[in-house]
Amino acid sequence: MIHTRGLTRSFRVKGDTVDAVRGLDLEIDAGSVVAFLGPNGAGKSTSLRMLTTLLPPSSGTATVAGHDVVTDPAGVRRRIGYLGQGNSAGANFQVTDELVTQGRAYGLSRADACARAERLLAALELADLAKRTVGTLSGGQRRRLDIAMALVHEPGLLFLDEPTTGLDPQSRANIWKHVLRLHKDLGTTVVFTTHYLEEADLWAERVMVVDHGRVIADGSPEQLKADLAGDLITLGTAGPTDADRAAEVARALSTVREVTVEETEVRVRTPHGETQLPILLRNLEATGVQALTARVARPTLDDVFLTLTGRTLRENADADAPTTTPDGARA
Amino acid sequence: MKVITDTRTAFARELAPELRQPAGLLFTMMLPFLFLALFAPLLPSMGKGGGGTDPGSPWQWFVPGMLVLLGLSSTAGAGASLLNEMSSGTFERMLVTPLNRAAMLVGRALKEVVVLLTQALLILILLLPTDFRLRPLGALAGLALLTVFGIGIGALSFTLALHSRKQQTLFYGVQQVIFFPLLLLSGVLLPITQDSAPGWLYVLSRINPVTYVVEAERALFDGRFGEMNVLYGVLAAAAVAVLGVAAGIRGMRNASV
Repeated sequence: MIHTRGLTRSFRVKGDTVDAVRGLDLEIDAGSVVAFLGPNGAGKSTSLRMLTTLLPPSSGTATVAGHDVVTDPAGVRRRIGYLGQGNSAGANFQVTDELVTQGRAYGLSRADACARAERLLAALELADLAKRTVGTLSGGQRRRLDIAMALVHEPGLLFLDEPTTGLDPQSRANIWKHVLRLHKDLGTTVVFTTHYLEEADLWAERVMVVDHGRVIADGSPEQLKADLAGDLITLGTAGPTDADRAAEVARALSTVREVTVEETEVRVRTPHGETQLPILLRNLEATGVQALTARVARPTLDDVFLTLTGRTLRENADADAPTTTPDGARA
Repeated sequence: MKVITDTRTAFARELAPELRQPAGLLFTMMLPFLFLALFAPLLPSMGKGGGGTDPGSPWQWFVPGMLVLLGLSSTAGAGASLLNEMSSGTFERMLVTPLNRAAMLVGRALKEVVVLLTQALLILILLLPTDFRLRPLGALAGLALLTVFGIGIGALSFTLALHSRKQQTLFYGVQQVIFFPLLLLSGVLLPITQDSAPGWLYVLSRINPVTYVVEAERALFDGRFGEMNVLYGVLAAAAVAVLGVAAGIRGMRNASV
């Protein structure tokens, strides 16, 4: 469905060249749900804008839905749906009008466009707002309308640029419900960008971790977590001395990747945490160290990102929040 | 044909809000309306000054110029709506659709012209009780010329908006800097003749294409179809329209936001 080779894009910003995307090689199969996960400024949106013909690439080639983005942008446009980061629907227009216009833009007859608009408004729980002016809708309602507009022509390939940013969890789940229904019913390929870990983890079959304009990891969320992060075993001990001794025991295990101690707590990063924990506990007993508590946590995609870059996505996502812990302790 | 269907789609989209709230068109006709209400009554009889008309009625000389002013003030701001849509993401959504790029421009410009013609008719109807003499054929021809001129100014406004996407103040700055010189140098408010005006100002007014449109409108509304002024005015309006539409279509094609 999407095929790119060496796709790059650079911008001139005040005399400096900024490489937003540095060599993107993508193979995305029809019918998949793919997430571009990365911090703000990683190049996710720029990539999407090139794939949707909004931005000409600086170099490289991209074939989207069978058509080249540079030589046949019209061919690409006919076959894709797009939800940008901004507001798709114009503020001064009526909800139904904008949906019908969008259908007409994709060549639907007026009658078809009206019928689709009505169906989509009902499906996205917007039917009561059909006659409202777009500018009077709430953020969540407006985003649902934008989703409806991206779906009105039932595209085989759907691009969503941060589809749920700024929405409450309920609205997010609601939007995904509709997108995934389209994916299931029509086999639509979905490509979305996000800096919400949970979103990529929950909804994507395949996650591409993007940082500094490059794809630095690519796989299913489970694969990435197993290969790149591993489970986290956390042991609670009676005191710092016990913790240090427990850490030494843990380090002796062959599968263990990383052991950290924080006061009375020991954190052990290892694949297959469920099988490693009993072994670890037996070894501790044998050396006479007592673990008071023990738990295994499945890794998150944030752990994957941390392993790959040494930074966490959460810090990036919260970069504009004034209270970041000075010692870099992770939540 | 796709380009025609697409033009209709773009046009219908823009027109719908105007039809739902027709009072909105009163705002962009404030300027000529105020001049007609608060300035025109002060005019002395113009004699043969600005194009040789019936000396008895200042309206006869003044009104055609006001319609050109309407053409300028009503359509010159058209780009502002596009500018808003460019910063909100709405324009981007249109760019991802297969809508023909020329149709996206022409559809918008046509809507501006429909509003302009409605406003012009409204002004002419308001003037019916005055001693302004309306010649139906002349008025029709005058409105047709105004349409061509309005398409051009509207398209130029969109072009300016497309080129101001990275710096919105550019749009409003350029618009303000151009609007008043064009207006004042067109002889809309006072006749600019070789006898009455300083030489440099007269030359500037002759460079201004709007001058020719104004003079042609005066001739047409007087029913003087055969005058050279009409030909010059038609040529000037057509030149503005061709330039505006060509630049606008080019801008739309190159619009990567």
